[in-house]
Amino acid sequence: MSIQHHAPDELGHDYLEIRGLTVDFDGFKAVDGVDLTLLQGRLHFLIGPNGAGKTTLVDAVTGLVAGTGLARYRNQDLLGMRSHRIVRAGIGRTFQTATVFEELTVLQNLDIAGGIHRRAWAMALARRGVPAYVEQALEAIGLQDLRDRPAGVLAHGQKQWLEIGMLLVQDAKVMLLDEPVAGMSAEEREETGELLRRIGYERTIVVIEHDMEFVRRFADVVTVMHAGTVLAEGSVSEIQADPRVQEVYLGRQLDAVADDEGAAEVEAQVQAEVEATVEEGGRRA
Amino acid sequence: MTSRTKVRDTRLRGYAPLVAIALLAVLLLVVAPATLSQFRLNSLGKYLCWAIAAVGIGLAWGRGGMLVMGQGVFFGLGGYAMAMHLKLEAAGPGGVPDFMVLYGDGTMPAFWEPFRSGPFTLAAIVLLPAAVATALGWLIFKRKVKGAYFAILTQAMAVVFATLLIATIKETGGFNGLNQFTTFFGYNLYDPVNKQMVYSIAAGALIGCLVVAWQLYRSRFGELLVATRDAEERVRFLGHDPANIKLVAFVVAAVMASIGGALFAPIAGIISPSDVDATASIFLIAGVALGGRALLLGPALGAITVGFGRTYLSEQFPTQWTYFLGLLFVLVILLLPRGVGDLPRALRAGLRGRSA
Repeated sequence: MSIQHHAPDELGHDYLEIRGLTVDFDGFKAVDGVDLTLLQGRLHFLIGPNGAGKTTLVDAVTGLVAGTGLARYRNQDLLGMRSHRIVRAGIGRTFQTATVFEELTVLQNLDIAGGIHRRAWAMALARRGVPAYVEQALEAIGLQDLRDRPAGVLAHGQKQWLEIGMLLVQDAKVMLLDEPVAGMSAEEREETGELLRRIGYERTIVVIEHDMEFVRRFADVVTVMHAGTVLAEGSVSEIQADPRVQEVYLGRQLDAVADDEGAAEVEAQVQAEVEATVEEGGRRA
Repeated sequence: MTSRTKVRDTRLRGYAPLVAIALLAVLLLVVAPATLSQFRLNSLGKYLCWAIAAVGIGLAWGRGGMLVMGQGVFFGLGGYAMAMHLKLEAAGPGGVPDFMVLYGDGTMPAFWEPFRSGPFTLAAIVLLPAAVATALGWLIFKRKVKGAYFAILTQAMAVVFATLLIATIKETGGFNGLNQFTTFFGYNLYDPVNKQMVYSIAAGALIGCLVVAWQLYRSRFGELLVATRDAEERVRFLGHDPANIKLVAFVVAAVMASIGGALFAPIAGIISPSDVDATASIFLIAGVALGGRALLLGPALGAITVGFGRTYLSEQFPTQWTYFLGLLFVLVILLLPRGVGDLPRALRAGLRGRSA
């Protein structure tokens, strides 16, 4: 493959290294031998048609689906670790449908995300005041005025911001964001992009996105996925000039379209199952 | 300035439940002994023991979403531990409980021996249910058993436990259970003063459990427990294993049920399989549902009401009383699914809805 990777220690920073990642759903390879190196300090975008395997890749790295290969972060292989351990290792994610705790307030949602950094006995105590790191996260996502409102009343975009705020409180060093600006107004997209730039300086941020305008505006590095594999990687202009990408996005042949739709169907099904698992807890006994 | 008043307001609201608990304490420890007859006070004592178990169910079910249908098991562990000690007290040093002579050859099983010691018994009342609940909970929650499966599993536990007790007449008194206690840690149980003391201990234990529940509900753990109830898988992505969070609530609920059972034995004068079986477990759940499972005082007041209802209705209508109780439940579940304690909130919401 002719994909160029940045040497990991080029910047002397943190990175998440994915090698030969494969997710196999009963013979259908939703992710097929993906190599990716995600560096700190860059807004890394993952794009591609529906069914390309973007979300499945994130699911595999965060322990929601089983994958083979290697996903190394700070000398730990994330594959095979359980979800909550992966979070404790510093990897955080959001979901396509924002999943905040609807009955808790904005402040409580943020505060609860800081649990992994507290000692066990501190859990038995009530919250006294607002910890500085929660205040900072609240400020970063701009929801100060809504801090005492239940998260359930927030607008869709605000819920996405709240989730990003929770990742900040969690102090996730790697943030995997699944379509954070879907359904947002142009203004909200702009604000979200600015927010990601501000917090991305000391983190590794990966954004799955369909909105090409948003990608053009904020991406440092773009990886194009297609049918479970990496098609191309580079800057926005490099990607746009790549004939294979143009083919996938613009001049797709009929059989390729048919292929794609099959893949999209399977992945949509898998995704629905995963989301059902995630939301299962929401139904009270 | 406004923000400071706001902080003070929420703080006041935060301590309002403590005031309610204090009021209940005065009611139970001062008013009730002064106004009720010895017989009624003793009955109230029994309800308080159910209420102690109910506080735990409120924690596990109301806040944790785990429908614990077999709390009779833990109620029984505490009840039988205490009853064994009281039987050995009654038998005197070196003596053997009367029923063992009656039904067996008068030899005592080895597991009875340590219960001669008061301190051992008290420790067992707390540690035994904690150990059993930890082992069971570990298996159940790590395997992600939840919802109806969890409810059925715990219910089955109660059936197994009661069946086991009935089958072991020589070791546990079987169907008759353990009764005819004479003293409680040296105090004569036929003396009204001592009976009132045991009642006061039960009232104190209930107040203590309510304070523990209050602290747990307002703690970060309490928030996390509610979060786990509402979106268990999401909690994983906060870096917590939901199994551990549920386990803590389950174990605390088990210990509370055990304490309730331990005090039930000397107050009722008996503990038998019918006090700990599936039906008894459902009566506990019923009280919690009636009072309001997610509220602080709801479960306890609900359990006391159901206890009182059982006595009162069965005195007035010996044959039909269960129908009344059943009807009450149908009405509450239909009209106030979150329990009677939810009435003020429901009314407020209704008024708001009308004025809007």
